[in-house]
Amino acid sequence: MRHYLVLRVIAKLVIPFMLLFALYVQFHGDFGPGGGFQAGVIAAAAMIFYAIVFGLPTARKVVPDRVAETMVALGVLVYAGVGLAGLVLGGNYLDYFVLDHDPVHGQHRGIFWVEAGVAITVSGVMLKIFYMFAGRRSSRDDE
Amino acid sequence: MSFWSHFSYAVTIALLIAGLYVVIARGNLIKKLIGLSIFQTSVYLLYIAPGKLIGGTAPIVDGKHAVYSNPLPHVLILTAIVVGIATLALGLALVVRIREAYETIEEDEILDADRAADRDGHGA
Amino acid sequence: MIGQHLPALVVVVPLVAAPLIVLARRGAAGWAIATAASLASFAMAVALLLQVRAAGVISYAIGSWPPPWGIEYRVDAVNAFVLVLVTALAAVVAPYARRSIAAEVPADQQYLCYAMLCLVLAGLAGIAITGDAFNLFVFLEISSLATYVLIALGRDRRALLASYQYLIMGTIGATFYVIGVGLLYLMTGTLNLADLAARIGEVQGSRPVLAALAFITVGLCLKIALFPLHYWLPNAYAYAPSAFTAFLAGTATKVSIYALLRFYFSVFGEAATFGALPMREIFLVLSIAAMFLASLAAVFQDNLKHMLAYSSVGQIGYITLGISLDNQAGLTGSVVHLFNHGITKAALFLLAGALVFRLHSVRFADLAGVGRSMPLTAAGIVVGGLSLVGVPGMAGFVTKWYLVRGALDAGSWAIAFTPVVSSLIALWYVWRFVETAYFRAPSAAAAAAKEAPAILLVPALGLAFACIYFGFDTSFTVGAADAAARTLLGGAR
Repeated sequence: MRHYLVLRVIAKLVIPFMLLFALYVQFHGDFGPGGGFQAGVIAAAAMIFYAIVFGLPTARKVVPDRVAETMVALGVLVYAGVGLAGLVLGGNYLDYFVLDHDPVHGQHRGIFWVEAGVAITVSGVMLKIFYMFAGRRSSRDDE
Repeated sequence: MSFWSHFSYAVTIALLIAGLYVVIARGNLIKKLIGLSIFQTSVYLLYIAPGKLIGGTAPIVDGKHAVYSNPLPHVLILTAIVVGIATLALGLALVVRIREAYETIEEDEILDADRAADRDGHGA
Repeated sequence: MIGQHLPALVVVVPLVAAPLIVLARRGAAGWAIATAASLASFAMAVALLLQVRAAGVISYAIGSWPPPWGIEYRVDAVNAFVLVLVTALAAVVAPYARRSIAAEVPADQQYLCYAMLCLVLAGLAGIAITGDAFNLFVFLEISSLATYVLIALGRDRRALLASYQYLIMGTIGATFYVIGVGLLYLMTGTLNLADLAARIGEVQGSRPVLAALAFITVGLCLKIALFPLHYWLPNAYAYAPSAFTAFLAGTATKVSIYALLRFYFSVFGEAATFGALPMREIFLVLSIAAMFLASLAAVFQDNLKHMLAYSSVGQIGYITLGISLDNQAGLTGSVVHLFNHGITKAALFLLAGALVFRLHSVRFADLAGVGRSMPLTAAGIVVGGLSLVGVPGMAGFVTKWYLVRGALDAGSWAIAFTPVVSSLIALWYVWRFVETAYFRAPSAAAAAAKEAPAILLVPALGLAFACIYFGFDTSFTVGAADAAARTLLGGAR
């Protein structure tokens, strides 16, 4: 893939827009199709596109395995953290009503953070799955 | 009540049976996983198609409309889709490992290899 | 403050432990976190049982959305008992797992093992406690996917195919369950189990509801491994790492049986379930087939773990026999066997794991004479085996007592004989082990073996002792099972 100049140039142009689109989908889940899972997959697709065009070792330098694995765990902890925050602030588990000064804003805040957690986990998982499958033949004994 | 008003259910059942048939009748491990995916897709259709009410608008509260389409099936199926993806990824990872361990992904060949190993007295 | 949030925390603590273990990245830290989470969960489950005994049904609204709009966690006599069983087995297996897993799983994957163990625990606890039909599916899949991973970590390459087959069959089962729930949702408009029970009366007997009953039955029976849908169980139990087999054998099928009981008695209602479709007859035939055919298959295995796995399929037949009898004694027998078989099988697989730790094999050819070199382990297996047979003074006997009484209450002497006859078959396969361990010349592996280390023996023999204890002091188990059966038959939620 390294010799295909057109692909490399287009990839470098398109990947930032893919990431931006992922962020758009993430934050517009309230108003249209979108949300954490979809955004996470699009962001991971951008990284996987990079890995396909520029090679797996280069992609591994940009987003190392460790980072992907940490993202997986971190997103789950963010989601659970929002739930526990609701508990600590006086409501039940995953109670968004108590997260802000009034219930509606509390719902906004709660949904924002759980979707962020979902996006982090999903993009980490998708990227990790790609690394594990694509990296199989060359490095069978790692991971 | 014509056949066409139940068209989505007919498609659901067709996909369901097709998916289950592939899982049962095909010995190739990846084909089984594909059949499983088709089977799960039929379930998504089962939930979502009835969610759209005739004359219903998008489920955002608005003074001008009285009938809204049901958003709950979409939420349920998002979850089910994610579960399906996780299952597929896990299944494919298992197939990759099986391929490395057995050199084949045909179920009958794998079972033959296991039976031969049993006869030779391996296995704990 | 924690006291009022126990229903959520008993699921959340293991669920949060899993990503913490992934971040910790070291096997030892992972084990410590997993053990802490299991013990905390167990303490919370016991506290919940005490709360339910004092105050009746506990209802907890996740997200403070009132049911039926929100997801509700609902604890009553039935699922408090199941929760205690699941968390107790997790708390016993977690300390055991340290050395057992160190011997059976590669070092760089051990922390992932413990993360998966926490996820299985969270999933099973969630199934037991939730009051929402779709939430049950989500937890069912969480626990199932983590289970497939745990099974695939076994040393033998056949573990991979076993995990794959379990994945295919388990996913078909879960999807059938979702189809059933979908049909119920289309007919009643709600997913909350209590609300479903209230609304299903209007549409009772209509074809979609009967179809839903059929789909949910088949789906859950695949997870229960009721004969003839048990194909995945023997290989999955035999090839998984020993500690995980012990945990799964004691909990996974039991929780699915609880889900079936919940749907049959609380949602659909006893009259509809057994009146509209011939469930009594179907379960009766399949249970008797399971008890006899699976136990016979167990006799002819050449490997201790396979024998115990087929024995599990047979013992599940006892539980479903109690369901088919559909009276107070029968259901008490079923629910108490969830507990009794759970601890018995867990004890047996933990001891089999001790054998694997020393002998690196559980084939009968290699187990010859192990009674002399590993006396405590072999004695523990004999105790567990006697409980499987149902010798008076063992936990298994309590179950058979109630099943026979239930059959007599239902008016059938023939059915009352079946647990007794299949106990004789169980005696046959337990005798195979006794004969191999004590009456044969030691094999090379057995002669060289020492007794298993204390950290493996203490949990395993503790559970074996529990089999004897709960055979004599049945106040806790039968009391809880009786209350559960009364709740189920009362139909009130």
